[in-house]
Amino acid sequence: MSILIDSETRLMIQGITGNEGNFHAGQMLSYGTNIVAGVTPGKGGDWVLGGKVPVFDSVKTAVEMTGANATVIFVPSRFAADAVLEAADAGIPLIVCITEGIPVKEMLRVKAVIDRQNVMLIGPNSPGIIAPPYAKVGIIPSTITQKGSVGIVSRSGTLTYEVMYALKQAGIGTSTCVGIGGDPIIGNNFRNILSHFEGDPQTDKVILIGEIGGQDEERAAAFISEHMTKPVIGFIAGQAAPPNKRMGHAGAIIEGGVGTAESKIKALKNAGVQVANYPEEIPDLLPKI
Amino acid sequence: MRLHEYQSKDIFSNYQIPIPRGRLASTPEEAKLITEEINGPVVLKAQVLVGGRGKAGGIRLVKSPDEAEDVASKILGERIKDIPVRRLLIEEAVSIQQEIYFGMTVDREKGETLLIASAEGGVDIEEIARLSPEKIFRVNINPLLGLRDFQARNLATDIEIPRELWRSFIALSRSLYNVYTDLDATLAEINPLVITTGKRLVALDGKIIIDDNALFRHPELLDRRDITIESPQESEARKFCLSYIKLDGNIGCLVNGAGLAMATMDIIQHKGGQPANFLDIGGGASSEKVAAALRIMLTDKQVKTILINIFGGITRCDEVALGIQQTLADFDTNIPFVIRLVGTNEAEGKQILADSNLITADSLEEAAEKAVSLSQELSA
Repeated sequence: MSILIDSETRLMIQGITGNEGNFHAGQMLSYGTNIVAGVTPGKGGDWVLGGKVPVFDSVKTAVEMTGANATVIFVPSRFAADAVLEAADAGIPLIVCITEGIPVKEMLRVKAVIDRQNVMLIGPNSPGIIAPPYAKVGIIPSTITQKGSVGIVSRSGTLTYEVMYALKQAGIGTSTCVGIGGDPIIGNNFRNILSHFEGDPQTDKVILIGEIGGQDEERAAAFISEHMTKPVIGFIAGQAAPPNKRMGHAGAIIEGGVGTAESKIKALKNAGVQVANYPEEIPDLLPKI
Repeated sequence: MRLHEYQSKDIFSNYQIPIPRGRLASTPEEAKLITEEINGPVVLKAQVLVGGRGKAGGIRLVKSPDEAEDVASKILGERIKDIPVRRLLIEEAVSIQQEIYFGMTVDREKGETLLIASAEGGVDIEEIARLSPEKIFRVNINPLLGLRDFQARNLATDIEIPRELWRSFIALSRSLYNVYTDLDATLAEINPLVITTGKRLVALDGKIIIDDNALFRHPELLDRRDITIESPQESEARKFCLSYIKLDGNIGCLVNGAGLAMATMDIIQHKGGQPANFLDIGGGASSEKVAAALRIMLTDKQVKTILINIFGGITRCDEVALGIQQTLADFDTNIPFVIRLVGTNEAEGKQILADSNLITADSLEEAAEKAVSLSQELSA
């Protein structure tokens, strides 16, 4: 069993007629993902991807007609917050937002709304989710993945690919890889995904890929020491980065010394997490289970 | 995008937040004239976007127009933390009874706006937050409800603002919150917010940072960007939407994706080298963008070696290769390039570069080792 998505997932693609949406929908389809609908306002009635996928004008109609139970969003940043809300309003339980560059103020409002609903938002600014070989929701290149028992949760895009590539070359496969997104305000944090992995029978160890800024890695470390029985391997990008460009005094007051690579690595190590110095070191650190 | 103090105060003033009387001067003569208008002691404040400006001598109290002219002629053209001072804000000196800290920013953890206040504002606020965290008060604001009066009133009691000023404090809080939300700010800060000896609240300083992702809906703010503080490399990077930060080392790095760019810098350091920059070309970069990124690094005299690490997803290796090929044709350089290309259209990319005189690597680790040893040879 993978987490969040599997072969039963009925995926909808918002922004399916745009360049990126169309290209990646094709990739997801050829991976074997069950794509049931696309949405582009004004293009309802069209069929795309070689006539395989129907396009609807609204998420609501698409859900009514196809029973879609997950959506992935490729719409441009100024319309993406609306797309998330439209999907939540139509009752889709899993929303994955690939779009980057959504204004923070929009995301604060979106989050305030969807936190009151039974909706799981991944992203924005996420590479998506892949559960080899069952389904791919997003833009993670499928060639670098293979089925296995390692769960991956990450704030980055290409850095995650680098890690998956190193794993594959070492013959190690993935149960599910979840990119939670690189923006300041995201739908789900490390802890939520870690707890899914903890409960997933297919996953027997987890890789957490963090980076400097915010406190999510520190909180994940606390979660790991309290709730995780499965081993976790960590990597934090940004050890060589100069101190964050300061966000006035307020930023410094909030962060209060946490948020640096040093603080995150220390917190993870204190929680019993082995932390790699660079991505290609990760396969060697994975316990042989 | 960061706004200057004078820009922030302009905005404050439009929102009825009290600020001292004053104007901007870019010559000593103007400084003198403005001081004559104000007709009393004034403060000269260098308009540079760096912290710790007061401690570096960028804020001076003067008593007369002649002294203002004299001091202005000294500060203008000086450099504060390497930034040239081109403008001074000349303001009436305010007699201060108390300095308060008041600011708001994004609380990433809760997904809300966070108001922060302390009765002990001023330049040492971060020190106070560290040593006496009990003196810092915080209030979270639900983004759907906005700031409510009771929240501002609670803060006023927390930081012991005299009761007769509650009404002005609540009005000011609401105004600052409106500035913050109307402008899509990620920071709005008044430090210090002072209580004058005449029992008025006045914003003595102001700092606003605008969310770059929201600038599209604030065209009026784009004209306010201070491009005089950018290096030629930074201007070029902004023009091509490259995320670039100059560092002290000698290995130029060109990478797709911020996380991977940081990890590439990390491994360089781990292998004993020093990165010359952070440079993220983003996703799906064109060959022109890649060429611009290489130009930026090749014009940085500190760069001895260039490491290109591309993990193609949306980014296509052949497009990156074309950018490299173009740059090699345009530039007569003997700086070695270490290249590692993996992912989308990798074979096509490698084909394009087959005849170029480049050092290739299959793994990130190998690429970093090669770049570090080259940079050490060339610096020796």
